[in-house]
Formats: sequence, C-alpha cells, structure tokens
Amino acid sequence: MSEAAHNTAGGYIQHHLTHLQLCRADDQWVWNECHGNFWAVNVDSMVFSLLLALFLGYLFRRIAVTASRDRPGRVQALVELIVDFVDDSVRSTFSGKSRLIAPLALTIFTWVFMMNFMDLIPVDFLPAAVQAPGVADYLRVVPTADVNITFGMSLSVFALVLFYSFRMKGAGGFLAELTMHPLNPKDLGVPLLFWPLVIIFNFVLETVGLLAKPLSLSLRLFGNMYAGELMFILIALLGVYQLPLHFPWAVFHILIITLQAYIFMMLTIVYMSQACEHH
Amino acid sequence: MDINLTLIGQAIAMAVFVWFCMKYVWPLLLAMIEERQQKIADGLAAADKGNKALEDAQLRIQAMVEEARAQARGILDQAQSRANGIVEEARVAADQERDRIIQSGKAEVDQQINRARDELRGQVAAIAVAGAEKILAREIDARTHQDLLTKLAAQI
Repeated sequence: MSEAAHNTAGGYIQHHLTHLQLCRADDQWVWNECHGNFWAVNVDSMVFSLLLALFLGYLFRRIAVTASRDRPGRVQALVELIVDFVDDSVRSTFSGKSRLIAPLALTIFTWVFMMNFMDLIPVDFLPAAVQAPGVADYLRVVPTADVNITFGMSLSVFALVLFYSFRMKGAGGFLAELTMHPLNPKDLGVPLLFWPLVIIFNFVLETVGLLAKPLSLSLRLFGNMYAGELMFILIALLGVYQLPLHFPWAVFHILIITLQAYIFMMLTIVYMSQACEHH
Repeated sequence: MDINLTLIGQAIAMAVFVWFCMKYVWPLLLAMIEERQQKIADGLAAADKGNKALEDAQLRIQAMVEEARAQARGILDQAQSRANGIVEEARVAADQERDRIIQSGKAEVDQQINRARDELRGQVAAIAVAGAEKILAREIDARTHQDLLTKLAAQI
C-alpha cells in the first residue's frame, strides 16, 4: 500500500487490476487510455509471457543440446521428468500419431505453469519496481490472469482442433459428426420428413459443445488465476500482518497453479484426441 | 478486461513457441531419453546374460570338481592296492628269508650235533678203552683188540 494516488483499499485493488496498455489514439501512441479499443496491447502480459517463453525456450534448448545420456545434471533431470510426464500423458490419452501433439502439450504445460507461477511473487514487488523509477504506472505480472492470454492459447488450440478434425475426418465426416450426433436419425428410424429437425437439434447441441471447449479452457484458467491474484491483493491489504493469511494461500496456490497447468494440457490432449478420432 | 490485440499476440507467440519446441527441443530430448532407456534395457539384458554365464560356469565347475574327486578316488584306490601288493610281496619275501635262515640254522645245528656226536663217540670210545684197559690191565693188548674197539665205537 505504497501508492500515494491509490491510498484507499478500492483504489489499491483497482490499480493492481489495471493492465499496462498501449494503443494508438488520434495518430499517437498512448498508454492506458485504450478502453474498448481492440487494437490495444496489454504490454505487461505480453512482456511477461514472452520473457517466460524465451526463458523456457532457452532452458529447453540448452538442455536438449547438452543433454547427456549417462550423466544427467539436476536441471536436465528435472526437464526430463517433465518431458517424460508429458510424453506419458500424451501416450495414454492420444491414440493417433502426431508430431505436434506432444511438443504442444509440453509447451502448454510448462508455459502455463510458469505464467501461473508469477502469481507467487508478492503482488507489490514488480509493480513497485517499475513504478519507482517512473517506467510505468501499472503492471500486472500474471499473464494467465489476463483473459486475452488465456483466450489466445485456447483459441489456438481450438484452431488446431478444427484443423485436425477437417484433416482426419474430411469436411463431410466433420459435418456428419456435428449433425448426426448424439441422435442418429438413421439408427432411430425417424421418418425422412423429420430428419431436418433432428439434424438441427444435433447441430445446435454439437456446436454448443464444440464452442464450449475453447471457452471453458480459457475461462477456467483465467478464473482461477484472476481469483488467486485477487486473493493475494486482498491479503496484501493487511500490510505487515499478512503472513498468517499469505503463507497458507501461497502454499495452496502452488497446488492450484500446477493443477491448472495440468488441466489445460490434459484437456488440450483430450480435445486433440477427439479431433483425430474416427467414429 | 477488454479483449484486444494481446490475444492475437499471444496466439502468435504460442505458435512460435510450440514450433520451436517441436523442432528443436522435443525430438532431441525424447531421442536422448529413448537412447538411455535402450541403454538401461541393454544393461539389464547384459546383466541377465552375465548371470546365466555365471550359472553355466558354476555348473561346469561342479562337474569338474566331481570329475577331479572321482580321479582322486581312483588314484587313492590304486595307491592302496599298490601298497597292499608291496606289503604282501614283502611278507612273502620275509617268509622265505625266515625259512631260509631257519633252514640254515637247523643245518648248522645238525652239523654241530654230528660233530659233537662224533667227538663224543671218540671220547666214549677212548673212555671205554681206558676203562677196559683199567679193568683188564694187561690182559688185553690195545693193538690186538683194535678191531674190536673200532667196531664197538661204531656201534655207539
């Protein structure tokens, strides 16, 4: 609670939940006056997610290049553990063959975990660090608590799901899956006259189910992280005496961030597996 | 909580990250892990083979020990019988030697007895002659009755 301009509790919370945004308005680059502008960029989310991606990419690449078969180091053992875990998860769920799915799952798991992990850094550290020298007024350090980030990932996964559905089943097969399930008029012996009704019913049901995938995928992660961040901000309001609340919540949050990363990865694998599956 | 360009930026970043992992990270790491698993499997197989070889060797050793033991037993038997033979031979030789010694002893004793007897005979004859001389004094001439005395001595 160091900000002079936000010395009320509401102001403090509001301040912590405001992104550092950049957009063009009136032919000028402006900061934080971008409400409702689609062409704005949440600079904090982008910077942190990219930094984490670069860190992971560098780490993985270094380990992959220097990996030793007979004398693995600690970091290599950790990376291998993760790779092995992801590989097992993919093998046990995804029956098809795809060179993409396992690296995709690895990327999602590690990246989402690292972005979630930013939540464990005390909420005032990084914002104060950029605020003090006057670099930026606002900073949110947890990219996954930004709905844009989670939607960016889930919609990418969704695009892959659609792509694989088309590729593996063909347009006809995909369409049939959307219209002939869960009620198959042929099997049910419905008179031809009423087929359109059944098909429309199926189509609505399946489309909702299909669209719910990216929506639930992103909103689940976003909701958890946003709520977690909010809890940390509320706890931080206690000032010096926050330890008894902060510590249990932080410990509990370790579980949440891991679990959410795992769920995101696992559901991605499941969706991809459904896309590649033949009926 | 606006939806904005960040979404697309994130999607691009993700695509690049996934591509990077797919191309430069995953295959290397997985290949290394598989290689290690292969090595571990090979090692275990080699250990199995080693155990098998050890078992075989132990069996062979047992067979060799058995054979050696049989050989030793044969040699012992042979030695025993040879020793028995030698003892038997020695006993036979000793028996013969003993018989020979006894024989020669007996012969010598016989010889001495004969000699003593001859001597005694002579002495008895002399004593008889002396006695007879004393009894008969001058009646019997030693020269005249030499024949008689010799005959007498032979009869004793």
